[in-house]
Parts: sequence; structure tokens; C-alpha cells
Amino acid sequence: MKPASFTYHRPGSVAEALKILARYGEGAKLLAGGQSLGPMLNMRLARPEHLVDLNDLIELDYVREVSGMIEIGALTRHHRLASSAELKWSCPLLSQAAATIGHYAIRQRGTVAGSLVHADPAAQIPLIAVTLGAEVVVQSSKGSRVVPAADFLQSIMTVDLKEAEMVTGLRFPMQGPDEGWAFEIFSRRHGDFAMASVAATLSLDGSGVLSALRLGLGGVGPVPLRMQEIEAGALGAVLDDALIKRLARQAADAIEPEEDALVPAVFRKELIETLTARALRHAVSKTGRVQ
Amino acid sequence: MTTAEAKSVSIVVNDETYDLMLDPRRLLSDVLREDLHLTGTHVGCEHGVCGACTILIDGRPARACLTFAVQMEGHEVTTIEAVSDGAELTPLQQALHQEHGLQCGFCTAGIIMTFEAYLQENPDPSEAEIRDVLSGNLCRCTGYQNIVSAVSKAAAVMRERGRE
Repeated sequence: MKPASFTYHRPGSVAEALKILARYGEGAKLLAGGQSLGPMLNMRLARPEHLVDLNDLIELDYVREVSGMIEIGALTRHHRLASSAELKWSCPLLSQAAATIGHYAIRQRGTVAGSLVHADPAAQIPLIAVTLGAEVVVQSSKGSRVVPAADFLQSIMTVDLKEAEMVTGLRFPMQGPDEGWAFEIFSRRHGDFAMASVAATLSLDGSGVLSALRLGLGGVGPVPLRMQEIEAGALGAVLDDALIKRLARQAADAIEPEEDALVPAVFRKELIETLTARALRHAVSKTGRVQ
Repeated sequence: MTTAEAKSVSIVVNDETYDLMLDPRRLLSDVLREDLHLTGTHVGCEHGVCGACTILIDGRPARACLTFAVQMEGHEVTTIEAVSDGAELTPLQQALHQEHGLQCGFCTAGIIMTFEAYLQENPDPSEAEIRDVLSGNLCRCTGYQNIVSAVSKAAAVMRERGRE
């Protein structure tokens, strides 16, 4: 359980980090919070020749509002997302989900971009990024590009990062003050990765008619899934309990989780049905227009 | 262990500066125990799950087994050895003793480091909040109930002291 040898680099700026990446290419691995990479190094599932420690790049630790979007620096720790008063108001779904990542000590170190690029199918940050339609800012020494989170996440632990590129930030749309939202997670032990998770935001008009809906599912496919067809089919209807039950059933029917000796596919479908209904009910209660 | 790639590193642990020659791959947990002989930090799973090796980095709890010692240059590390002032136990240590919040003691140092920091941030936690934070530290002896009571009691004592 000891890592293989590596050469240690500690850049003092993003530009310096990108230069090191450009020089060593695939031989280099970026180390942020180390809460996912650390175990992989210890178990020698990862054996990079060069480890590039990003923890001095405090320029990438920020939460700020820029023209209606919340920009979050790559090195921002989960604990900051979970405890930021600003975020609890402007993007409460992200804040609430971040508060459930791993454990207290893990959240002090783990970073928002670290979780995103690790791309565990059951992780919170990728699910919230896909559900809210976040954008990922990717930089290399040649320039930067912006990728929608849904495109950035390609498959299990596979993301759209080319050699010598790094994520420097994420942009989340601000949630509206009237918008309801909910994040629901099921795992066998508190703090474990989700067996299934659901994120939702919704808006109701004065008579309880659904005017906006986002529904995202985590832990049930290679990447988080946004349920756009279900969302579109539900708009314009009164969001009563019958519709909530129907949408939950549709979500369960829409997924094809893999069979797993410990977690049968049918169990994951049942979890999604239950969690979706729960998320929608909680989201409705947060709109302040309870049916 | 020193290899050809060893780096000269200066780290501050419990307010003392140590100048070391370290292979970058060496875990902070191992350096604390083997080089600095600070064996109060225990090593359980070595992949961040059990919480036994929890220490403070710049006052915030972290897994020493998921940290390379070489990363700590420029940061302050605090271990269980520096928590109490001599033989006088902190309210948290005293409460764990009184409430029988430990048996074998393997997990205890990690739990103390976690909650010494947490109670600074949240001096009046609910039982649910205590259990949420405690979920990051595995204990195979107590069933957690007595640890929850101890944290709750320690928080009350600390609040009381704060008022004095």
C-alpha cells in the first residue's frame, strides 16, 4: 500500500503547471486534493512518473458570481462549497450535494475539479454539473476552451481532456430564487459512493403547473444522466402526486443499470423510482408553493 | 528510506521544524511515525477510508495516508501529540474517557483530531451533525454511541468554558 516512485513537481502558477504538463505529457499526473488519486497511487492503480502538485495554486480557489453564472475555481474544496453562504443562496443544489461527498475530513481536501475529472459515475459533482448544465473551463499552454459538462464526461473515469490540458474552473448557472431543488442519495454506509442518486430543480407557476424541470440521475450508468425527454413531457402539467409517481416510474424505466452481484439492476431501478419521487416532492416543498 | 531521488524538505509539525531528506513517495503518516517517532497517529487502511490517521493540516482535518510528506513544506501539521497541554486532557479527551468512548483506542487519535477541528467550526452540533462527521472514522469497538455522547458532552463543556 505504498505508492511507486515518482518525480515531484510543485508549480507556483497555472502557467508553470501547464508547462510541466506540456513537457511530460502522459507521464504526468495532476494532484489536487488527492482524495481519489491518493488511494489509486497507494494501491498502485496509478503509477505516474511525474506528480504535479497543484495545491499552491490558490488562484484557483474561488467562488464568484460573473454575469449570472457562478464560477468555481478548480481547486475549490468541497467543504467550501458545502459551507459557503453565498452558494447556499445562489446554487443550493450544488452546496447541498457537496455536503454529502465522502466525509468531513475528505471534504476539507477534495476539490471540485478533482472530483469532476476523476469522473466516478456515482460521484456528486459530475451529477450536479450535468443536471444544471454546467460548463467546464479547460486550459493548455496553447489556450483555453469551454466544454459542457455533459460532453466533458465521456464514460467511467474518462473525460474530454487531451494531453497537457487541465481543468481550471467550472461555471454553474445560478438557481432562481423561486426554483425548488433537491438532491437525494442512497448508499449502504453514510458517506459511501451512491448506489443511486437523483438531483432535481423545478419551477411552478401560481396554479401549480410545472414551468421548468431538470432531472439528473447518478450511479446508474457510465456517466450521470439528464432525463431530458421526461422533463419535456412533464412541462405544462400540474405537478400533483400522481404526476410525481408517473415521472418517477418513467425515470426507472429509462435507465439500464448493469447487473452487479451486490446491487442487482432491478434494485437500482427501484432506488431511482423512490429517490426521484422523493426529490420531486422535496423540490416542490422548496418552491414554497406546496400543493 | 532514502533513495537517490530524496528531496530536502523542511516541515513544521506541532510547532517544531524538521529538516528531512525524503523520497517524495513517502506518505505523511509514515514519516510522522517512522522518522519523527510521533506514533500517536495510527495507520489503518492506508487509502483514506478508516480515518485512523487523521491529522490537521493548517488546522483542518486531513488523512495523513493521502498526503505526501513532501507536500507539507510551507504548511503546519498538528498531530494528536500536540492536542493536550501536558498531562491535562482537553474537554474532548476527558469526555471520551468519562463516557467510555473508546476501548482499544486505535481509532481514537483520528476521532479526536477530527472533532477538535469540527467543534471549533460548529461549537453546538446536533446529534445528526456529530454522526455525519463521525461517519469518517471507523470504530470497531464502541458502536459509536458513547463517542457521540462524548462529543456532545465535550461541546457543552467547551461552550461553558467559552462563556467564562
